[in-house]
Amino acid sequence: MNILRTLRVSLRALTRNKMRSFLTILGIIIGVGAVIAMVSIGEGAKKGIEDRFNSMGTNLLFVSPGSRNVRGLHTGSGGFDTLKEEDAKAIEQQCGAVKYTSPSVSARAQVVYGNKNWNTSIQGTGAMYPEIRKWEMAEGTYFDEQMVRAAAKVCVLGSEVKKSLFEDEDPVGRIIRIKKIPFKVLGVFKSKGESGGWFNRDDMIAMPYTTNQKRLLGIDYIQSIDVSAVSMAKTQEAQRQIEDLLRIRHKIAPGAEDDFTVRNMAEIAEGAAQSTQIMTLFLGSIASISLLVGGIGIMNIMLVSVTERIREIGIRMSVGAREKDILLQFLAEAIVLSLLGGLIGIGFGVGLSKFVHFIPIFASWKTVVSLSSILLAFLFSGSVGVFFGFYPARKASKLDPIEALRYE
Amino acid sequence: MENALIKFENLSKIYKIGETEVHALRGISYSIHGGDFLAIMGPSGSGKSTLMNIIGCLDRPTSGKYFLEGEEISSLDRNNLARIRNKKIGFVFQSFNLLPRTTALENVELPLLYSNVSSKVRTERALEALASVGLKGREHHRTNQLSGGEQQRVAIARALLNDPSLILADEPTGNLDSKTGAEILEIFKRLNEDKKITLVVVTHDLDIANYAHRRIYLRDGEIIKED
Repeated sequence: MNILRTLRVSLRALTRNKMRSFLTILGIIIGVGAVIAMVSIGEGAKKGIEDRFNSMGTNLLFVSPGSRNVRGLHTGSGGFDTLKEEDAKAIEQQCGAVKYTSPSVSARAQVVYGNKNWNTSIQGTGAMYPEIRKWEMAEGTYFDEQMVRAAAKVCVLGSEVKKSLFEDEDPVGRIIRIKKIPFKVLGVFKSKGESGGWFNRDDMIAMPYTTNQKRLLGIDYIQSIDVSAVSMAKTQEAQRQIEDLLRIRHKIAPGAEDDFTVRNMAEIAEGAAQSTQIMTLFLGSIASISLLVGGIGIMNIMLVSVTERIREIGIRMSVGAREKDILLQFLAEAIVLSLLGGLIGIGFGVGLSKFVHFIPIFASWKTVVSLSSILLAFLFSGSVGVFFGFYPARKASKLDPIEALRYE
Repeated sequence: MENALIKFENLSKIYKIGETEVHALRGISYSIHGGDFLAIMGPSGSGKSTLMNIIGCLDRPTSGKYFLEGEEISSLDRNNLARIRNKKIGFVFQSFNLLPRTTALENVELPLLYSNVSSKVRTERALEALASVGLKGREHHRTNQLSGGEQQRVAIARALLNDPSLILADEPTGNLDSKTGAEILEIFKRLNEDKKITLVVVTHDLDIANYAHRRIYLRDGEIIKED
């Protein structure tokens, strides 16, 4: 019996019992759908992170205190206060591959305007921050070098803070209070949008780092330095120059551990991408378990089906069906079932990934449905059919025709 | 020397049921020639069905030899037996044994699904077979839409599909009323006389037995009488 004929016979047998066929493949549909949805959410998260990093610029470097060896932030030799603003100035002036630096001092605080208040992140930065971070103003201006030197009480709002405190009112020129100190609003950042979904990048206020240091926190060190290299190609060179310079400035003996860490954007981006990859793999594996269960469901139903059709198998054998014919017929039924389930599951999974956008909490999550995951899911569901359908098919083919015909 | 279509020598069949051995057939020998119409009779448990199963290549004897068209069947494997069932033998059962929820045409076509015949030829032959048993026009009725007599006719048409040399019928009229049973007998008569198909029928039906050319009576696995 050739392949086409076997398929037609199997299809015929399956359509005789549509409800049962559907219930059988429900497991596969859910399994494949879940895998596709999980993977596309994971891929979307990865892409979101990639996009975010790309929008920040690939010539970005970060200098932070503490050595790299310990994964936490403020441990290791040097502790948390080893960076000073003079370091940032020196880097900008003396490292040829460096274009701008912007020291960073952050804290959280309550911000008040009129009868509204809002808890947000206060980012103390240098004057070149918008250039380094490629972040434009929606209105107003950023503070300049002079204001930084003077530790002026000025600030720039992120679009989310602007919405919360001012709603539709124009904030430029207004006074807001942070820890009871009055600050004049100079401008509002353009909205960066939320890709990645875990925190809102527009929920912050920028002010001169000197202001944050002296007037709000009372410290004399800086928490990190944002650095932009002259070009993407020069990023590695810039990294080396910064490291050499700081070792000299911090008087670190050759071979001794650094009390700072320089990271370039590419590294960080890669690290984030890797961890999302792991998360995607993890989610996908969990979803695959349901695929396994779906396969067991198929085996179950095929066994029941074989038992129910013992008489029919006997009839087929009596008119000349050989073991191979019966085996192929039932195996084909299992494979058709699982492939059908796979196809519907793929549609279900793709639909689910699109549907995610309609759920408010997840609205910002990107999803990416890749062709390779679809193909993989299809092949996988096919092999589930082969694997789990084989045992029942074999059982059917080994029946004795006489006993099969006698079966009630 | 006339060459018998079927010949068995010293055929024995022993079943093991748990600890006990059941001797279904005890050393039977007989020959059947082409064009014969043979009736096998006897009480239940006499070994009639066992003999039929062996003749029909559904089962193998424990000992003894069975020749079909000169070929020794007793030593063939399952797949070869299936081949012979497909090409040379047609079965008709007491309970019709049609596929449920399937049309008459599809039921009749079944044997040719398992041989290398194109679907066009298969359908043609099936339609012919159905016409020859008087069911022209009922091809697309499903099994549950056919009466007992019609179902048996479909079964006969199916048995005829591959132009077999031999048709075996196990109590073909057992589930039918006497009028329908007589119709079936008519079909059998026609097949035997016009087409010269050999018929071996296990039956309690005296009309069939009387019409048959020869009869053998079985009891306890042995032939106790033949005529």
